[in-house]
Amino acid sequence: MSNENVIEHYVSDKPFDPQSIEQLTPAQEKLYYASQWQLMWWGFKRHKLALFCGVLLVAMYLSILVAEVLAPYALKTRHTDYIYSPPQPVHLFHDGEFVGPFVYGWEQTLNMDKLIREYSENTSEVYPLSFFCRSDPYEFWSLWETDIHLFCAPEGATIFLLGTDRLGRDMLSRTIYGARISLTIGLIGIFISFVLGITLGGLAGYYGGWVDSSVQRVTEVIRSFPELPLWMALSAILPVTWSPLWVFFGITLILALLDWTGLARAVRSKLMALREEDYCMAAELMGAKPGRVIRRHLLPGILSHLIASATLSIPAMILGETALSFLGLGLRPPITSWGVLLNEAQNINVVAIYPWLILPVVPVIVVILAFNFFGDGLRDAADPYKH
Amino acid sequence: MLPYIARRMLMMIPTLIVISFIIFVIIQLPPGDYLESYISELESQGESIDPAQIAALRSQYGLDEPFLVQYFTWATGMLHGDFGYSFEYGLPVSEVVGDRLFLTVVISVFTIIFTWMIAFPIGMYTATHQYSWGDYGLTLVGFLGLATPNFLLALVMLYFANVTFGISIGGLMDPEYLDADWSWDKFVSILQHLWIPVIVIGTSGTAAMIRRLRANLLDELHKPYVVTGRAKGVPPFKLLVKYPLRVSLNFFVADIGSMLPSIISGAEIVAVVLSLPTTGPILIAALQSQDMYLAGSFLMFLALLTVIGVLVSDIALALLDPRIRLEGGRAA
Repeated sequence: MSNENVIEHYVSDKPFDPQSIEQLTPAQEKLYYASQWQLMWWGFKRHKLALFCGVLLVAMYLSILVAEVLAPYALKTRHTDYIYSPPQPVHLFHDGEFVGPFVYGWEQTLNMDKLIREYSENTSEVYPLSFFCRSDPYEFWSLWETDIHLFCAPEGATIFLLGTDRLGRDMLSRTIYGARISLTIGLIGIFISFVLGITLGGLAGYYGGWVDSSVQRVTEVIRSFPELPLWMALSAILPVTWSPLWVFFGITLILALLDWTGLARAVRSKLMALREEDYCMAAELMGAKPGRVIRRHLLPGILSHLIASATLSIPAMILGETALSFLGLGLRPPITSWGVLLNEAQNINVVAIYPWLILPVVPVIVVILAFNFFGDGLRDAADPYKH
Repeated sequence: MLPYIARRMLMMIPTLIVISFIIFVIIQLPPGDYLESYISELESQGESIDPAQIAALRSQYGLDEPFLVQYFTWATGMLHGDFGYSFEYGLPVSEVVGDRLFLTVVISVFTIIFTWMIAFPIGMYTATHQYSWGDYGLTLVGFLGLATPNFLLALVMLYFANVTFGISIGGLMDPEYLDADWSWDKFVSILQHLWIPVIVIGTSGTAAMIRRLRANLLDELHKPYVVTGRAKGVPPFKLLVKYPLRVSLNFFVADIGSMLPSIISGAEIVAVVLSLPTTGPILIAALQSQDMYLAGSFLMFLALLTVIGVLVSDIALALLDPRIRLEGGRAA
């Protein structure tokens, strides 16, 4: 018997590379090693419209930081000679020659038959617009005084791109200033309702039992109220003596108090599914307290969904503020918000004679559309492991 | 089925009690009461008031009683159909409310029917023609409807009706029927005026409903049984109507419940703009003048309307979908 045919036990000395069999392409590698948020960003980028709306919203929110510079006039400047002036056109060509953006002289005549002021262009006077020029003084961020504006009319001319109101105040400037209140009310409101919704929904979803059923009852009761009448009733409570700032916070709180139920429901149903997962049980067995389990292990799993649904409920708050202020129950002058501006256009006769007073509704519609598209894109991108 | 309805109705009772309590707290919260603002108004006009008279008024309306006693008087009164007394009008609340509440119900019902009639075909079309030009166009219109504030739409329609047709569309009936008894002519006149508030209030709800119907129908259309049906040669229309549509019908019915609060909210604000004789304008006035029983009863009625609407939609859903009857609740 010879042992020639027996194969010796063979061990290769070469270092072992587990990836030598199946090599990942660079593209695959990038995809497989990407974090959850990275994947979401890639998914979101594919939604061109949502991306555009996101950029638009960021631009609008940044604009409230520099509202004073963007607005051609200060908030309280009154032009007593130009009351209820219609929007003033901006021209580029005068007598066939290119002049750059300019306005003609703006002249007021009283129409004694109809008893209204009528405005017309005086084409003999040409006033080129100046940019980064000096006009109404203001305190920038209440830090230093300056009077630089993005654009303004030269001496002797006026620039009312959206017309003026009954006190002769420039509507464009007021709309730009109004964005401050109207846009932040949605953000602050959604923050409050986010906190409420996550806390209560989280408790209900994690503990179940009586905590769950009592939170469920509360949401049920709140949801069975028609929103607007309840908002109206609550804002009627705010004392008339409150300062405008407090009224602002009061209204925000009221809007948020009725809004959290939707989020709470979403959190609850998602947590109910997640808390049965093994990693949650493991955390509990290692002695993690409920607060830690919810915050460290459960919330990160649903946070992206929550952000998406929160984005989708900001428009409701902005509309709510606008509606309340329009009815005269929300914010009141001297606070300037889009709803307060629209309050001027409550009367049909005003709308018929001075139709430019309803123009502040355009930014309202734009912002709400943008939030809707943006939120839709976020929601689609929120779960990158779906496919 | 009967046990389900009974259980569902029993569940309404605690909800309504809690709602009535919250409403009473809210209308009680503003500092002072109607009599105080009444006194200060008289004083500002230079008239003097007899303190004894005020005290008499106070005890008559129970304004000095503790909070809970006042609540119980109000809540138990409502069970007998006594809704309290409106200081502003000097009448029992039920007489002030009367027709207005009925008209609110009429507008809400018509709005729901309108919403359905518009949303159903459009939702079906956009789901079956996904990513077509029609789909994009209708979706855009829907989004615009969602984003436009109700009151603005009302103003604009009012304006165009005035300018182009030269008619006044404020109000809910021709002036000559305002104090008339109910008759066929009055009914027709109301129908003629009804369409504008119905369209205005219905727009945002319609847009939301189209989106939901489209999403639900799309989910169904991608299920294997539809593919099987198509592979076996079932005609497309029959395949759509027979199962996917029936399944998404459930969401349609369930939606009444979630739509009603927003319809009623919309009705309130539109009513102010169009000066409709519904609850909107009077509710705002009552809230501002602290006419607490009037405001409270209005809020209570509106909440009751919503709760009943949800009940109706739940029962209809249970009729449509046997699974719900068995589980004893709406599937999450």
